[in-house]
Amino acid sequence: MQEVPDLIACEECDAIHRRIAMDNNEVAFCNCCGAELERDMSSLGRRVLPLTVASLFMYVIANIFPIVEMELQGIASRTTLIGAVFSLNSQGMPLVAFLVLVTTILFPLMQLLGLIYLFASITRSGYHPGFNLLARMIQILRPWVMMEVFLLGAIVAFVKLTSMATVLPGVALWALGTLAILLASIFSFNPRYIWQISLPEREERKHV
Amino acid sequence: MEAEALMKTAARSGMVSCHYCATLWKEVKAHDRCGRCGAALHSRRPDSLNRTWALVIAACIMYIPANVLPIMTTVSLFEEQQDTIMSGIIYFWASGSWILAIIVFIASFLVPLFKLAVLILLLIMTQRHSDWRLLQRTKLYRLVEVTGRWSMLDVFVVTLLAGLVQIKGFATVHAEAGIAAFAAVVVLTMLASLSFDPRLMWDAAEPESGKAA
Repeated sequence: MQEVPDLIACEECDAIHRRIAMDNNEVAFCNCCGAELERDMSSLGRRVLPLTVASLFMYVIANIFPIVEMELQGIASRTTLIGAVFSLNSQGMPLVAFLVLVTTILFPLMQLLGLIYLFASITRSGYHPGFNLLARMIQILRPWVMMEVFLLGAIVAFVKLTSMATVLPGVALWALGTLAILLASIFSFNPRYIWQISLPEREERKHV
Repeated sequence: MEAEALMKTAARSGMVSCHYCATLWKEVKAHDRCGRCGAALHSRRPDSLNRTWALVIAACIMYIPANVLPIMTTVSLFEEQQDTIMSGIIYFWASGSWILAIIVFIASFLVPLFKLAVLILLLIMTQRHSDWRLLQRTKLYRLVEVTGRWSMLDVFVVTLLAGLVQIKGFATVHAEAGIAAFAAVVVLTMLASLSFDPRLMWDAAEPESGKAA
């Protein structure tokens, strides 16, 4: 088995292209099917770590505080994200509850912690256990992190309730909004470029 | 389309591209792993068409209960009301929230239907070695991959309502079986689009192709 470093194959049509040196923020597209081939990630790569740390703060707020509060006949009711999951579970929907749990709580957290670890280790030389495994995990989890879909769902649920009771957006709803924006900017970074960034120092360390 | 005859693919040059880090390798033997990121190397996603068919058929079956069964029950002081996906959309439309009605209609009704239709189209065209509108079909696939996750919208709405509206005696919302079926459709179609390999469409369109996978 031998590496072919100067060529790249399109992920969608398998056409072969020559890798070209790219300037700041340049993007290369496949001339056969139009898919993205390569992208210069040097400037975005520097921003990912601070964005991820900020997301982690927002994530904590979004999970601790209630998302929506409602009041009906003098009785107040509020729910957090995890509270809604538990209540769904107790209504005989353990699988759906699990799906919501992983797509809005578990996977986003794994994604954020994984990115922090990866980007913290890229700047350091030495042995980083699980680097490759984590980088692949982040790529696999990516379609299953659904924070922005959940945000839209919370807005729809909110509007639905306004006809029925007095509703107030909770602190977590604002945090969710910020988190969705932060995650969108993080995810414009394709995790596959983690290996590109870590490549220059590849000789001096061994990933596992 | 004009470049078809000249198109040079990795598979025909005996090279394999890593699915994760896009490094290109030649002289790959079976069960070799990528030297950079350690992922298993495949020229095409393994068993792609069969897996996609299985997932699409399962999703089609779940699509029926997802739309027929109620997704939630609202019990208030005077009445008990059951909602399906469609009745929720009609409710928004009738109460004047047109924008929300359109968003939910697209996310919960159009997107799943569109995904199933496109995946079936792509599967059949690939198996018939068609070269019809290859470029457009690749773009359709890209669209399906991007839009698929938004169908989870209704699952999240029901989750939040069922978690929040629990005021005993006045109003309670209960999740019903329809939402489980609907969630299954979303997950199955997402898995189906992830297991479909768009490169097979280009392989199949090659004039000399018997079976490239």
